[in-house]
Amino acid sequence: MNILVFAEQIDGSFKKSAFEAVSYASQIAQAHNGTVTAVVPGNVADDKLAELAKFGANKIVSIKHDNLNGFNAETYAKVICNTATTEGSNIVVISNTYSGKSVAPRVAARLKAGIASGVISMPNTSAGFVVRRSVFSGKAFADINLTTAVKVLAITPNTFNTLENVQAANIVNVEAGLADADFTTKSVEINRVTGKIPLTEAEIVISGGRGLKGPENWHLVEDLANALGAATACSKPVSDMHWRPHSEHVGQTGITIKPNLYIAIGISGAIQHLAGVSSSKVIVAINKDAEAPFFKAADYGIVGDAFEIMPKIIEAAKAFKAN
Amino acid sequence: MKILVCVSNVPDTTTKVTFTENNTQFNTAGVQFIINPYDELSLTRGLELTEKLGGTVTTITVGLADTEASIRKALAIGATDAVRINAVPTDAYFVAEQIAAYAKAENFDLIFTGRESIDYNGGQVCGLLAEMLGLPSVNVITSIEVDGSTATMERDIDGGKEKVSANLPLVVSAQKELTEPRIPNMRGIMAARTKPLKVVEPTASELTSAAVGFELPAPKGSVKLISVEEAGSLIGILHNEAKII
Ligand SMILES: Cc1cc2nc3c(=O)[nH]c(=O)nc-3n(C[C@H](O)[C@H](O)[C@H](O)COP(=O)(O)OP(=O)(O)OC[C@H]3O[C@@H](n4cnc5c(N)ncnc54)[C@H](O)[C@@H]3O)c2cc1C
Ligand SMILES: Nc1ncnc2c1ncn2[C@@H]1O[C@H](COP(=O)(O)O)[C@@H](O)[C@H]1O
Repeated sequence: MNILVFAEQIDGSFKKSAFEAVSYASQIAQAHNGTVTAVVPGNVADDKLAELAKFGANKIVSIKHDNLNGFNAETYAKVICNTATTEGSNIVVISNTYSGKSVAPRVAARLKAGIASGVISMPNTSAGFVVRRSVFSGKAFADINLTTAVKVLAITPNTFNTLENVQAANIVNVEAGLADADFTTKSVEINRVTGKIPLTEAEIVISGGRGLKGPENWHLVEDLANALGAATACSKPVSDMHWRPHSEHVGQTGITIKPNLYIAIGISGAIQHLAGVSSSKVIVAINKDAEAPFFKAADYGIVGDAFEIMPKIIEAAKAFKAN
Repeated sequence: MKILVCVSNVPDTTTKVTFTENNTQFNTAGVQFIINPYDELSLTRGLELTEKLGGTVTTITVGLADTEASIRKALAIGATDAVRINAVPTDAYFVAEQIAAYAKAENFDLIFTGRESIDYNGGQVCGLLAEMLGLPSVNVITSIEVDGSTATMERDIDGGKEKVSANLPLVVSAQKELTEPRIPNMRGIMAARTKPLKVVEPTASELTSAAVGFELPAPKGSVKLISVEEAGSLIGILHNEAKII
């Protein structure tokens, strides 16, 4: 079985999600006596490329081209598919990041491959080729059987561990074979939030709801987040009222997150909110209403006034960090 | 400007999800269906663009006759006309093939899908459709302006935003923030009754995937309460007991 992994580079380096994808592919390869090829569009130095071999890549196809340095769904799909065809790949693994999400279906359509996105399990090949994914905004799981010869798996970031499995991979440079006219979308400007932990990657998330009364009280969320090295989030009405930026809104219509720890302060726990956070490993709810639905989804709860509770927790967190 | 908006018919966000037939079918009994929230955003943005630049907004839905309540609502919100492909939407690949087959001959300038449908959460139709039509695609857009034959958009990327431009024709997927969804008014509801809703039979398509079973997540154990006085002990509990910090 030949497995191809799209390893996404950002400014010439890989993020954890790329190593997760290679580790995932490597586990499939081990179970099925297969090989792992990683394809990397964009200019990446050899020492960086070699990092992929640490997680099980047997071969690294580097497609250097200035126009591929920034992400571009259409041309990325082309070079990934060209590599899949050359390598005779049976499975293409892609991390379901925003970029991954836009390229994976294009790859599937080009290869006439069945696709499962948001995959959270290894494939089960005892009857067909079945993977599990989360559906109904986290309210259920579905087992999907892919029935085509080639399969595309877009795996959920932060779900599979990176596993070291050092291989002596050779790095092969392949021509992109693209003309200027192939670059149909142009990146005009990129603004990445710096100095802050991106919400989707954060292991701890502190989140505030309408119970915090107004943006002037957000120091209660931020102080705890700073003490714990956490990212901050909020409920939908909070971002609708512009107390907080839209990028912090979690839930069914916001971002879906699955951190190790989610602390919800003054959030009622409406079903649409829970849809985006219920896969968190440990949930803490702080709410003055003992009947708030969040307490049914939480592991730990404190019933009371957040304005009284939060200073105590922040103080304890600062003391904990100082130790 | 000729715009196509893909509209999927999904269970209301408050739906309690259950399954039947030995956990192989979603139980639709008593479930209220709505226009996928992202598709409402697409539709509204499509209308805003044609109001400014002229043109039409057509909606397309792959579904059986029971999706027509949502389709009529889209017409009431303001769509010019609607197409329904008369088939059960088995998976995103099938949906995209059906929409591509219809759109191929129609020369739309701009095709909107939603970021994802809130039932199956695939987020696949945008990319599949674009590739099948040989068009560029930009996903999770939070804004779009059209000037002549060029569209300028902002899209979400991991940890930030990117400003992107592309020539029409183009396929995009709508992310929240794109606009505020419009609510149909009485005049719109009246007008919707007589707006054209064309029913088209599906083209042949090969199966690429099938859901073989569903499962509900294991129920949470009951919450452990900490008193307000002892609130500070939460940190120690998270460290020693939950071993999470
Ligand atoms: C289609 C649709 C999609 C939606 N998508 C989302 C989504 O993605 N994300 C989302 O969050 N919501 C979403 N919603 C909205 C959702 O239904 C709720 O309205 C929303 O989550 C409520 O936000 P909240 O808990 O902050 O506010 P509220 O419901 O007003 O709750 C505030 C809570 O704070 C508590 N409180 C008040 N004062 C204090 C205090 N001093 N100390 C402690 N606690 C206090 C109250 O007891 C209450 O439980 C969606 C709704 C719809 C219809
Ligand atoms: N049955 C359908 N009919 C029309 N459009 C659909 C259908 N299913 C999905 N779509 C479109 O594709 C988007 C993403 O859906 P999905 O890829 O299923 O998450 C939706 O927001 C719709 O715009």
